[in-house]
Amino acid sequence: MTEIADTARPKLPRGVRLTHNEAQGGWLLLAPERVFKADAVSAEILKRCTGEASLAEIVDDLAKAFAGAPRERIHADVLTLIGGLVEKRLMEVG
Amino acid sequence: MTTNGTALPAPLGLLAELTHRCPLGCPYCSNPLALDKRDDELDTATWGRVFKEAAALGVLQVHLSGGEPAARRDLVDIVRAARDSGLYGNLITSAVGLTTQTLTALADAGLDHVQISIQDSEEASADHIAGYDGASKRKRALAAEVVKLGLPLTVNMVVHRANIARVAEMVDLALSLGATRVEIAHVQYYGWALKNRAALMPTRAQVERAVTQVEALREAHRGRIVIDAVVPDYYARFPKPCVGGWGRRSLNVTPAGKVLPCHAAEVIPGLEFWNVREHSLAEIWRSSPAFNAFRGSDWMQEPCRSCAMKEKDFGGCRCQAFLIAGDARAADPVCHLSPQHGLVQELAGVAIDEPYRYRHS
Repeated sequence: MTEIADTARPKLPRGVRLTHNEAQGGWLLLAPERVFKADAVSAEILKRCTGEASLAEIVDDLAKAFAGAPRERIHADVLTLIGGLVEKRLMEVG
Repeated sequence: MTTNGTALPAPLGLLAELTHRCPLGCPYCSNPLALDKRDDELDTATWGRVFKEAAALGVLQVHLSGGEPAARRDLVDIVRAARDSGLYGNLITSAVGLTTQTLTALADAGLDHVQISIQDSEEASADHIAGYDGASKRKRALAAEVVKLGLPLTVNMVVHRANIARVAEMVDLALSLGATRVEIAHVQYYGWALKNRAALMPTRAQVERAVTQVEALREAHRGRIVIDAVVPDYYARFPKPCVGGWGRRSLNVTPAGKVLPCHAAEVIPGLEFWNVREHSLAEIWRSSPAFNAFRGSDWMQEPCRSCAMKEKDFGGCRCQAFLIAGDARAADPVCHLSPQHGLVQELAGVAIDEPYRYRHS
């Protein structure tokens, strides 16, 4: 798994788009010749990957939005999702 | 609307064959042997309507293909219409006949992704396979422009007997061009490829080596480039879940507006295809006889009917069942349970070094 620093600013690159589609049952990540279903939590993470917020800020923001969920747990979820996408070349961590 | 008691699924992808015109003559072209003429092609406005109807049906991605899509002078307008409909636009191009100027306009119009075909890592061989001198140079130059514009690039490499030994070199080439994704696609024998089967067919030893190499390359390049592979059908023991199941995930609109469940479906006799000139895409998806012909599992025969895999591989490919077993309702003979599986194994062993029969209009 790729190491991602707290200061990294994850960003969906051109050609990777988060979209909501009723007919397909919710949130989806559109990528070159593939489509990934995104659950509600993943969608909340991906919405924040704009290249502006740092990883730490994204986790803080999510901890606020999901009051009650432990920060470490959110941090781990974010790393798993973003790390997996980096490996597939579907996320930039500048 | 239900088929066999289950809700009709929403399609995910639309393959828009904008034209059958193409400067290349690749002997494995998946276009039909009888190509649509330019005068019969759908106009810009009709494609725009089709994209809107597709998006309303749930389609997320449109694959703008051909032939060579850049042969259409209205390609930029078509791409803009796709984007305006909310679709993810994927351009599948030979890169020959596509200028940097047009490419820039396509990027500005909201194109999401570009896929360029490359015939071989060795230029002379690549040009020979494409039947076009200088094709390879142009493709490499245009690939660089795609990356420069910030668009994601996939390199598509169709492998067969003449280039299968260079899978590693082809992946290296894709990396050096800046692609984030490469498709290693073994030829599938439909259309022109079927006509050239003996000239294209690799040996079992070649296929086994290539499959092992792809696995190793995937590991070696993890995080740098995604390697997707289309498996060599004739050497398989299980059939592919062709197009994710007939009438379940995708539609294909031909240059003249006919809507097919898959690009090869016209080879199956007796199917009635509807045209976007006469019907909306939603009507076609729901009610066209061709789409309903092989939905669900009621049409299946043995060994499919009682098979545990029938909801996973859907009996394989209907076109292949017809082309090899002579019956579109039979099991795909690629399956080891098919009574005709021996035929596939025999055909896989037929490799004849004869000149390619190049695709021509």
